[in-house]
Amino acid sequence: MIELTGVRRSFADGVVLDGLDLRVDAGEFVSLVGPSGCGKSTLLRLVAGLDRADGGEVVVAREEGLAYVFQDAHLLPWRTVEGNVALPLELAGERDVSPRVGAALTAVELAGVGHKYPAELSGGMRMRASIARALVKKPRLLLMDEPFAALDELTRQRLDERLRTLFLEQGLTVVFVTHSIAEATFLSTRVVVLSSRPARIVHDAPVDLPAERNAVTRGTPAFARVTADLVAALEEGEA
Amino acid sequence: MKQLGPPVVAALIGLLLWELLARGLHVEPWLLPPPSTVARAAFAARAELLGATLTTGTTAFLGFSLSAVVGVSLGVVLSRSRLLERGFYPYALLLQTVPIVAIAPLLVLWFGIGPRAVTASAFIVSVFPVVTGTLSGLRSVDPALHDLFTLYGSSRTRRLLWLELPSAAFSIATGLRVASGLAVIGAVVGEFVAGFAEGRPGLGIVVMSSYRQLRTDVLFGAVFCSTLLGLALFSFVGVFSHLYLRKWHVAEKDPR
Repeated sequence: MIELTGVRRSFADGVVLDGLDLRVDAGEFVSLVGPSGCGKSTLLRLVAGLDRADGGEVVVAREEGLAYVFQDAHLLPWRTVEGNVALPLELAGERDVSPRVGAALTAVELAGVGHKYPAELSGGMRMRASIARALVKKPRLLLMDEPFAALDELTRQRLDERLRTLFLEQGLTVVFVTHSIAEATFLSTRVVVLSSRPARIVHDAPVDLPAERNAVTRGTPAFARVTADLVAALEEGEA
Repeated sequence: MKQLGPPVVAALIGLLLWELLARGLHVEPWLLPPPSTVARAAFAARAELLGATLTTGTTAFLGFSLSAVVGVSLGVVLSRSRLLERGFYPYALLLQTVPIVAIAPLLVLWFGIGPRAVTASAFIVSVFPVVTGTLSGLRSVDPALHDLFTLYGSSRTRRLLWLELPSAAFSIATGLRVASGLAVIGAVVGEFVAGFAEGRPGLGIVVMSSYRQLRTDVLFGAVFCSTLLGLALFSFVGVFSHLYLRKWHVAEKDPR
């Protein structure tokens, strides 16, 4: 799905990526964890095609459909929720969009608020609308850049559970950037820990938890063990 | 109604003070007539003042409409490239700094005495805020939303119509509000130089003729009418922008 080889990228304030290799296969849920400013978002933007690498190779199976979820919901305030979710279809010049918009809203449990404007929604609802917008074209690859960072813990856990279900139901491949180790553990099939700049991979391991996960999963010893391993890896990356 | 209370009371107090001072100090009526005299004179000249307000209102509205169309279009064109902006923006700025009184005679030479020159004057004075409002609005679109449109392969036209112009709407509306007041000023000043004295003269002509005849009371009436005209045009813009923005814009949301 994604193959990065020797990717380099620098900005005016320094080298962010210096020869990074990363491969993500179809059906994986890969979380990228690492210190602030280490280049996680840069990596995601390169994969999305929103930025170009200075060197190395970025191969992404874009033809299978790619969607991006930003740190904030970034809805168009002048469009209703339905209008926002319909945007990717309308930009592609597609007609008869309402059944698909309805299905996407139902998938994120937002059916019934489609006529509202973003300003009338809570932060969690706005983020769900943003996810519906990302899913409406049925992409195979979903890139998410700290989507739930601005939400309260409870809302975040609920959205994590919803996202995990969508991942399994819709057969998505997800690359997910987060600061939260617990969130990475809960969501992922695999977690990649990056060091501080220039980012290199200090830990890359599958998450050995059952596929079906819910609120109970967070209390299991296996969950605690995976999280502890990740914390250790992260500390090593920062050292 | 609550919001109307304080300014109305302030106006009443002001008028009362003016009346008492003008009468108590025996100020010459051609220097400063008391409000009651102004009201009586304005009422007597109501046909003339109403006609003048309509004449000036028409040219001010035409000039303002021209500013809206040309200003927004120019803003869009300049926003397409930094090079264009750097090349032409300083000259757009000239429109703002040139004293309209100084170029009004030129307008007469180009357009002749009459409504065309007056409209041109209203346009020149009011177009610049629309250009800047449009340009700064288009320039401050959320970059993440630009990314979104890039990601979904948006055409340039759709990006402009679906993203940039709605994003800029509030800023454009602010420019238009400023322009509405300026258009009236531009029209009145334009009439000083280029207005018709015969037929149905505008407020600028009424101001000049009542000044020459020392009819200060009528002059005040004309000033009052042009103020009302500015307010009317301002409210006209306000109503439209409110209708468009109230549903979604934070600054324009209906109170609940």
